[in-house]
Amino acid sequence: MPTRRGATTIAVAASLIAATTLAGCTLLGENGNGNEGGGESARTVTLVTHDSFAAPRRLLDSFQRESGIRIKVQKSGDAGALTNKLVLTKDNPIGDVAYGVDSTFASRALNENIFQPYASPQARSGPQRYAVDNRNRMTAIDIGDVCVNIDTRWFAARGIPEPSSYADLTKPRYRNQLVVQDAATSSPGLAFLLGTVAEYGQQGWSGYWAKLKANGVKVVSGWEEAYGQDFSGSSGNGPRPIVVSYASSPAAEVGEDGAATTKALPDTCYRQVEYAGVLAGAKNRDGARKVVDFLLSERFQASVPDSMYVYPTRHGVQVPETWSKVAPLPDRPDSLPPGVVQANRERWVAQWRGLVRG
Amino acid sequence: MAWAGPGLSSRGRAGWGLVALALLPVAFLAIFFAWPVVAIIGLGFGEGAVLRTLGTGEVWRIAGFTVGQALASTALALLAGLPVAFLLARCRLPGLGVVRTLVLVPFVLPTVVVGLAFRVLLPDAQVGAIVLANAFFNVAVVARTVGGLWAHLDRRAEDAARSLGASRWRAFTSVQLPALLPAISSAAAVVFLFCSTSFGVVLILGGARYRTLETEIYLRTTELLDLPGAAAMSLLQLAAVLAALAAGAAGRRRRETALRLRSRTETARRPAGGEWWVLAAAFGVLTLLLTPIVALLGRSVSTADGWGLAGYRALLTRGADGTLQVSGLDAALNSLRTAGDATVLAMIVGTLASVVLVGLRRGAIARPVAETLDAALMLPLGVSAVTVGFGYLVTLHALPGDLRTSPLLVPFAQALVVTPLIVRIVLPVLRSVDERLRQAAATLGAGPVRVWREVDLALAWRAFLAAAGFGYVVALGEFGATSFLARPEAPTLPVAVAELLARPGELNNQLAYAVCALLMLLTAAVVTVVDRLRTPGLGEF
Repeated sequence: MPTRRGATTIAVAASLIAATTLAGCTLLGENGNGNEGGGESARTVTLVTHDSFAAPRRLLDSFQRESGIRIKVQKSGDAGALTNKLVLTKDNPIGDVAYGVDSTFASRALNENIFQPYASPQARSGPQRYAVDNRNRMTAIDIGDVCVNIDTRWFAARGIPEPSSYADLTKPRYRNQLVVQDAATSSPGLAFLLGTVAEYGQQGWSGYWAKLKANGVKVVSGWEEAYGQDFSGSSGNGPRPIVVSYASSPAAEVGEDGAATTKALPDTCYRQVEYAGVLAGAKNRDGARKVVDFLLSERFQASVPDSMYVYPTRHGVQVPETWSKVAPLPDRPDSLPPGVVQANRERWVAQWRGLVRG
Repeated sequence: MAWAGPGLSSRGRAGWGLVALALLPVAFLAIFFAWPVVAIIGLGFGEGAVLRTLGTGEVWRIAGFTVGQALASTALALLAGLPVAFLLARCRLPGLGVVRTLVLVPFVLPTVVVGLAFRVLLPDAQVGAIVLANAFFNVAVVARTVGGLWAHLDRRAEDAARSLGASRWRAFTSVQLPALLPAISSAAAVVFLFCSTSFGVVLILGGARYRTLETEIYLRTTELLDLPGAAAMSLLQLAAVLAALAAGAAGRRRRETALRLRSRTETARRPAGGEWWVLAAAFGVLTLLLTPIVALLGRSVSTADGWGLAGYRALLTRGADGTLQVSGLDAALNSLRTAGDATVLAMIVGTLASVVLVGLRRGAIARPVAETLDAALMLPLGVSAVTVGFGYLVTLHALPGDLRTSPLLVPFAQALVVTPLIVRIVLPVLRSVDERLRQAAATLGAGPVRVWREVDLALAWRAFLAAAGFGYVVALGEFGATSFLARPEAPTLPVAVAELLARPGELNNQLAYAVCALLMLLTAAVVTVVDRLRTPGLGEF
């Protein structure tokens, strides 16, 4: 008996070691192939982007077939982390083209000169509306408005009229119903704070937040907690019917009958535009330019709603049918100039923290 | 090698042999840890204002909270882990194998999932929830580290004390506890390192109110690009970590007063008398460990209209609307592969380091060198993944082949976290090998390699397997460094969970929890295999 057991043990051990070693070889082998590809590095373009980046594989494949360019995607954290990594590596860039620096961080990107000018011919068909730089260093690819979302069924069930504006959120009727994200740790949280600054002005926003606090606003650190757990309209079935999220979020809460159970309030939206640009010092500048063109092409622009929950910047691109019904692009969003955001952000966030804490 | 023989000339050769063996671990640490960390902190100093940041009260409040919550979490993990260690080590009861496996499962769960689970279980206890969640992760470290030694302590001293009239409690405090102290302090140091750098849990459970050095380093580096501020925080973090390591080393040193070790079969008995109370506490802890796990399994099968397996069916897909670039199963395969690479790498580095540390055991000069190397190997557990990750960005381009965007960097970064744990498992076993065996083999004409193969490896192979298995599990669950570096076409399971949870839509949510379940299943499978292999080993986990 003992010898038998010993034999089994050794067999299992051997297979474990073999599996582990084989696994090791697999990845090393894969990397070997990558190096072979490195021989034709003129044909590989490294796209540095944020964690939310997603694109249908068939699109990337067809782009590769047509242009001969393989896009190597390098995810680099959220928009802030992405921008800061590009700043730190601007002398030895980690890629050729970057996508995902948003309007909040645009000013830092421009001041630090991480992009080189490139006026894509495709940029004239809509994206030019969101231009932030007269030297064309950054091109607008998508729009992701941050808006207050509400659970329409919750309000219908209780016969309470739905809120519709920033001011409504301070009314006693909506007491203890709003959950927002920390402006220091969450990008929708920061956008909502900037939205209130745009709405109430640099003098008035803190007074508004004092009222929100008196009305029982709940502050959590991330979107996952606010939307996924505390909001009553998501699968988390939380207790609060009002949450800060995106204009596009209702499109994900459509039931089998095709009707959305949540709604974004169009008068509480703050516009965030995401940009792409050719990195200064890109090893493959021509390839990088082609990738910017690709990001602006109709087929890529048409894919962004489904894969990243954002709106295309290009004119005349069809968005999914449900979107036009339940998640239309807000037509009068607030926004602040990137330079103003850059100059005041840290101070505003610190002041905001002091207001909502304790 | 130091054990090659007592002769003068061979002694000199032995020294050079050790230096040669030490080259790889030292180079690995220098390139993938020390250089990046020093470079990024140096950038902060270059901009000045580090000292000014250190002069503000806010920094010290944050540092105080960091150390406070880490100490509280460590104390709680010890309190909860010791009864479980007793159960695993000293009791002869059916089904203990399952318990041993179960205890390790929390260790690999993605922090975001555990954070969210504790938020539901304890909606209003922010600091309490942070401490509980940190302890939840680390009960395994205590149970396995302390249990590993406890199982092999000779029971006769304790039996003698009992027959001389000591109560069970007295026999525990004056006989067993002193012998266990090295393992307890070693476990406490590791747990403290994990807790003081815990990130996701603090961010999610602390709300907008509680901040630690780790979350602050993250914010200042990734959002504000305030490198001087981040450098100041990193220095404080390093100071706290070094203090913890010094305390842990002081405790470990006592182990060298050789203990007479026995096999577990000799020391495990049926529990009797007051021991049942300890067992009740252990099972209480196990129930608490199970609560968040059951809660998240529940989430994986709950749909808008009751229960359903949509999440599990979706494992074959890429999530609603193709959130992931690969299916859940592909992510699992990728996890297994990456963890395999990291384990191989960490085993090589960790084994070499352990051999060197054993060789350096004696001598007035060698000993401080050994202790420095030992502490240096542990440091990566206590330094922010953000610091190391951003450090990579500003250094690694200077190496040929620009590793910064290479998929190889993921296993390298994981190995950095896994290596110290491997050393903690392998080192005590190698140290327990009787030096005279090596000397005898050498006298009989065996060369250093043969001595190593026939003596060290023959005696310690189970510990090596246990170390590889545990390292593999840690690499499977590693999130901090991996999320920083993983490519979208090759996410690991924890990275996939985080990506899915960051999207709206019911299916993405169910799938995220189903992926979690898959991760737990893989972990349990690996742990079960490893535990079948290791038996009389004396590893710390």
